[in-house]
Amino acid sequence: MNIGTLWQHEFIQNAFLAGGCVAIAAALVGYFVVLRAQTFAGEALTDIGFTGATGAALLGLSPLPGMLVLSLLAACTIGLLGERLRGRDIEIGMVLSFALGLGVLFLSLYAASSASHASAGIGILFGSILSVSRGDVWLSLACALGCSLALLILYRPLLFASIDPEVAAARGVPVRLLSVIFLLLLALATAISVLVIGVLLVFALLVAPAAAAARLSPSPARALLLAVLLGLGSTWGGLLIAFLGPGQHLPASFCIATLATLCYAAATLSAHWRQRRPPQVPAQPAHPCKGRRTAA
Amino acid sequence: MSTQHDQRLAPPGAAPQASALRGPGQEAPPITEPVIELEGVSVCLGGRTILQEVTFTINPGEFIAVLGPNGAGKSTLLKVLLGLIRPSAGTVRIFGQAPRRGNRLIGYAPQHRTLEGALSLRARDLVGFGLDGHRWGPGWFVSGGRQRRAIIEEALAEVDALALADMPVAHLSGGEQQRLLIAQALLSQPRLLLLDEPLSNLDISHEQEIIALIARLCRTHGMTVLLVSHDVNPLLPVIDRVLYLARGHAAIGKPEQVITSATLSALYGAPVEVVEALGRLFVVGVDI
Repeated sequence: MNIGTLWQHEFIQNAFLAGGCVAIAAALVGYFVVLRAQTFAGEALTDIGFTGATGAALLGLSPLPGMLVLSLLAACTIGLLGERLRGRDIEIGMVLSFALGLGVLFLSLYAASSASHASAGIGILFGSILSVSRGDVWLSLACALGCSLALLILYRPLLFASIDPEVAAARGVPVRLLSVIFLLLLALATAISVLVIGVLLVFALLVAPAAAAARLSPSPARALLLAVLLGLGSTWGGLLIAFLGPGQHLPASFCIATLATLCYAAATLSAHWRQRRPPQVPAQPAHPCKGRRTAA
Repeated sequence: MSTQHDQRLAPPGAAPQASALRGPGQEAPPITEPVIELEGVSVCLGGRTILQEVTFTINPGEFIAVLGPNGAGKSTLLKVLLGLIRPSAGTVRIFGQAPRRGNRLIGYAPQHRTLEGALSLRARDLVGFGLDGHRWGPGWFVSGGRQRRAIIEEALAEVDALALADMPVAHLSGGEQQRLLIAQALLSQPRLLLLDEPLSNLDISHEQEIIALIARLCRTHGMTVLLVSHDVNPLLPVIDRVLYLARGHAAIGKPEQVITSATLSALYGAPVEVVEALGRLFVVGVDI
């Protein structure tokens, strides 16, 4: 099978298109997740989304809307907790485990109702890129466009608020509002990522390309571009390996996650090599050390 | 810089010697519109009174050292001026108006802490926030690349950090990061500069440079400066007055009026001795 014949199948086209949209949205949002050290929030949103997805499936609906609704609600709640969220890992963890427990309950009820339903649960957990419909492609395209546009508008104040919330607030940046909006974008990005790679592997698209890019370039604009390229590379590369790979068909999620992890490992290694600090400013003139540090 | 005590700013109305402590009639009417006016300002945070009926006035171009023990409310006072904390009583006026966030007339460099996200950014990006970090949009088209670059590099040069411009912030020392924050605060060409412990991470040579830089901005541009410090000695040659905070109360005046055993004992509510030795002032007798 070569790429030409591969591309004639609609499900392959859908996989590449949806995968591309998801990779772009996840990489852009992911860069800010890395800057803001909010990976745990990302985890929380996907796990709560999982409950929404299985709940929707149980009700006979498509999982994606269920996932979107619940994770957006969770994003609002987390965002409104705001500052008080710091050091609240335990509370979030408790809510998380309860939500996941509910998700498992819904899943087992759903899977028990028919044999074909059992595989649907696996699809939510590990991604089901081969069963992506044209409708899902349009939805992920809309989400990706929405995320990109929102980040374009928010770019400077969001970056400022992510780096130094205190000074940003003093300069009139609505730090709290931005934090809520960003969590909504994060919920959106994770929800469509689940389409491609599943609840358990979302970080492969959300965090790995962005973290690798942040290691490779200290310039935010360049790092964002790099994150998108790495995300697209891992996703499309992973799909190609899965479809054209030697011998049997490997799971696409596995290939994507592996490539993303390799990207991050390579970036970390190269950053490590470049770590040696370039020659510094001419040495300061030696100053007699006066005893100071007095109190007054 | 030793003889830089300037004549331009005779202490407002030459306040009566002994009563540098806050009190009615302490400040004579200033010649120009005051930059900062606090009247009976109290601040309560989490049920704790941080500032209690603090009253003082600061005039244009004054260089003020804000002193006091830990927890006396020095940082809180700056946040009140920035509009980040609302006082529970009293009135605050900055340039004749109520404090508000995003006031372009104020430059602010907070106490140094590790900015985790900043560690993967370049120094010039961090400093650039001072210029347009609050504006919406990506700013790729608006900010006219070359001019923006020149402004940022000028600010970096002013704090002797031009060589660091393209370094990732992660590779810089605490003192170098501190200088970047000062450069960031200067970018909007503020008329009031609020600096929270800017000297705490600096070695002596850079401490002297930063003090000289701030004094120069104050003298030549008429910028008003409030500088929080735990040590007044390196600042003594350049400051006009000190604002001493303790137990929620404030005393303001020339260093020789405020940093005296009598004034500080009244402020702390406990016997305090100010000792002058080796040409330096030491405060002895309380936990400071």
